Amino acid sequence: MAMVEIKDIKKTYHQGNVTVEALRGIDLTVDTGAFVALAGPSGSGKTTLLNIMGGLDLPDSGIVIVDNNEFSRMTQADLAALRLHKIGFVFQAYNLIPVLSAIENVEYVMLLQGVPATERHDRATAILDDVGLEGKYNRRPAELSGGQQQRVAVARAIVSGPAIVLADEPTANLDSKTGEGLLLMMKKMNKEKQVTFIFSTHDSMVIDYARRLVTIKDGRIVNDETK
Amino acid sequence: MLVRLAWRNIWRNPRRTLVILLAVIIGVWSMIFLGAILRGMEAEMLRNAMSNLTGSLQIHHRAYRDDPVVENSMADRDKLDRVLGISLGQGAHWTRRVRVMAVASNARHSGGVTLVGIEPEKEARISFIGSAMTAGRYLESGDKNQILVGRAFLATFNTKIGHKLILMSQDIHKEMASKAFRIVGVFSAESEAVEKQFVFVPLSQAAGMLKMGESISEISILLPDLDMTGTQETHMALKLTAAIADDTYCVETWQQLLPMMKAYLEMSGFFLYVWYGVVFVAMGFGIVNTTLMAIFERMREFGLMKALGMRPLQVVKGVVAEAFFLLVLGISVGNILGFLSVAAIARNGIDLSVLAAGAQMWGIPRKLYPEIWVQDLVVAGLVVLVLGVLVSVYPAVKAARFTPTQAMMKN
Ligand SMILES: Nc1ncnc2c1ncn2[C@@H]1O[C@H](COP(=O)(O)OP(=O)(O)OP(=O)(O)O)[C@@H](O)[C@H]1O
Ligand SMILES: [Mg+2]
Repeated sequence: MAMVEIKDIKKTYHQGNVTVEALRGIDLTVDTGAFVALAGPSGSGKTTLLNIMGGLDLPDSGIVIVDNNEFSRMTQADLAALRLHKIGFVFQAYNLIPVLSAIENVEYVMLLQGVPATERHDRATAILDDVGLEGKYNRRPAELSGGQQQRVAVARAIVSGPAIVLADEPTANLDSKTGEGLLLMMKKMNKEKQVTFIFSTHDSMVIDYARRLVTIKDGRIVNDETK
Repeated sequence: MLVRLAWRNIWRNPRRTLVILLAVIIGVWSMIFLGAILRGMEAEMLRNAMSNLTGSLQIHHRAYRDDPVVENSMADRDKLDRVLGISLGQGAHWTRRVRVMAVASNARHSGGVTLVGIEPEKEARISFIGSAMTAGRYLESGDKNQILVGRAFLATFNTKIGHKLILMSQDIHKEMASKAFRIVGVFSAESEAVEKQFVFVPLSQAAGMLKMGESISEISILLPDLDMTGTQETHMALKLTAAIADDTYCVETWQQLLPMMKAYLEMSGFFLYVWYGVVFVAMGFGIVNTTLMAIFERMREFGLMKALGMRPLQVVKGVVAEAFFLLVLGISVGNILGFLSVAAIARNGIDLSVLAAGAQMWGIPRKLYPEIWVQDLVVAGLVVLVLGVLVSVYPAVKAARFTPTQAMMKN
C-alpha cells in the first residue's frame, strides 16, 4: 500500500526577476513502512519536495496524496490537522521551541492533539528514555547539545503516532557518531512501529542505512534504487 | 501548558516586556490618578455648590423660582414638616428659610443684598454658614435684631461688628418694610461674590419684618450621601411630591436648581473618558509596535508550530494570550499604584489655595480630596484590556499568516 503518491509535481520559485525551477516533474510512490533516502546535490530540490509532501508548501501543478489524502482538495486547517495527526517532521536545525523544555517540546504536539495531561507526560517520558535522554527532561533546548536536540526532535516527530516522518537532513549538523546513533534510532522506530521514513541527506553513511535511495538532480529524479 | 508557553514567551525579552509593562502601568496609573483628582474636584465643587444654600433638594411655592417675592411663599409649614419627618430617611436634614431681595444701607453706603432668614441650628447642618464665621459669633436661637454679613461686605459698607445696618424690602402686602439690625458676626465664603450677596438674620425676624406670619420662602434638604449623578435626589423628589400631594408646592433637585453644575459634571465625565481614549491610543501604538517586533523575531518558531500542526487560529490565540497577560499584569500594577498614590494624597488633600484667587472664579475648591470611582476603574481597566487585546490581534494575525516554509526559510 502506498503511503505517499506523487504525480508530476512541478514547483517554480520566483524571487525578484529570478525564476528557479526547483521541481520539474517528480513522480514518486513510497510504500507504507518504507525507509527512503532522498539524495542529491545542494539546490537539487530535496527540501522543496519534502515540504510539498508535508503540505507545508503547495506545488504549482501535480498531485500529492499522503495516507489517502489528496492535498489539492484540502484547506489550510485540514492540512494542519493532517500534519498534526499523520506527519512527523524533523528539520535540519531549529527544531525545538526554545522556551519549552525537552519534555514540553515533546508534549506540545500531543497537547495540540488533545491528549490528556498524564498520558502526555507518560508517553513523553517513555519516548525520551527511548532516544537516550533520560534525566534530561527539563532541559531547555539551549542546554542540550546539537545531537540531543535532534533526538528530542525525533522523539517529538514519533510520539504523536504519525504514519510518516519527513526528515530534512536530520544528521547534517551532527558528528558522524551522533548521526549514526540517530539513524539507528529511526530505523528501530521504522521496524517496530511500521512508521514510514523519508529523509533527505548528503551524507553517505545515511545513504547506506536506507533501503531505497532516490537521487534528485535539478528538480528531476535521476536514479531510484532499492537495495 | 499554553498558558506557561505564553508566560515564558513574555519574559524572553525582559527589557522589551518591561517597556510595554511600564507603558501600560503609567497609562493605567495616570487614568486612575487623574480620574480621582477630577472626581474629587467635581465632588468638592458639588458640595460647595450645595452648601451655598442649595442643598440636595428644595421645596418652594410653585411660582417662587420665576418670581422670588414674598407673596410666593409657602403657608402650610406644619404639613410640610410632617411630610418631611415621615418621608426623609435617616441622616437627612432640612431647614426653613425666608429669602428675599433687599436693600441694605448704613450711613455711608447702600446696596442690594439677599436677605436670608434662617433657623440657626438647623441651617448650620446644611449650608456653609454654620462653619464660616471668621469674627464675632453665629446666630443663636432667641436672637432678635442680630445679623451676619460677609467679610467682603464689611469692606464695601465700611462697617464693622457692633454697627447698625438697615434692611429694606417689600412686605407681603407690597408695602415697604424696613428693620434695623446690628452686625454680630462676619463670615467668609469660597467667593467674594457670596460674601457680598448674602446677609443672614433669624427666620422669625425676617418673617416679622415682611409680615409673612408663619409663611416661609423655601425648605432646603440635605441628604446624607453625595450622589453626583443626582439619582437619589430624583427619587426623593418624586417621593416628596407624591407625599405632599399639593401642586402649589414644587420639589426640585440640585440638578434642576443648578443646571450649569449638572452640565459641567456631565461634560467633565465625558472628558475623562476622552482622556482615557487618548492615553490608550498612545499605549496602543506601543503595544502593536513591540508585539510586531517580537513576532518578527520569532517568525521561525511560528513556522515550526504550524509545521507541527498548529492551526492559524491557535497561533492567533497564543499571541493574543501573551498580550492579555501583559495587559492584566500592567493593569493590576497600575491599579495598585493608582490606589497608593491616591491614598497618599487623600489623607491631607491637595492644597489649591495657591491658585485660589483665580480658581475661585471657576468654583474650584481650595482644598482637594481625590476620589476613586469604581465606575472609572472599571472603564479604565476595560478600555485598556479590551482595546489592548483587540490591537494585539493585528500582530497575531500577521504571525498566523506566515506560511511554515517562508518562516523556516528565514535563517
Ligand atoms: N522560498 C524559495 N524562494 C526562492 N527560491 C527557493 C525557495 N526555496 C528553494 N528555492 C530554490 O529552489 C531550489 C531547490 O531548493 P531546495 O532547498 O529544495 O534544495 P535542496 O536540495 O534542499 O538543497 P540543500 O541540499 O542545499 O538543502 C534552489 O535553487 C533554491 O535556491
Ligand atoms: Mg535542503
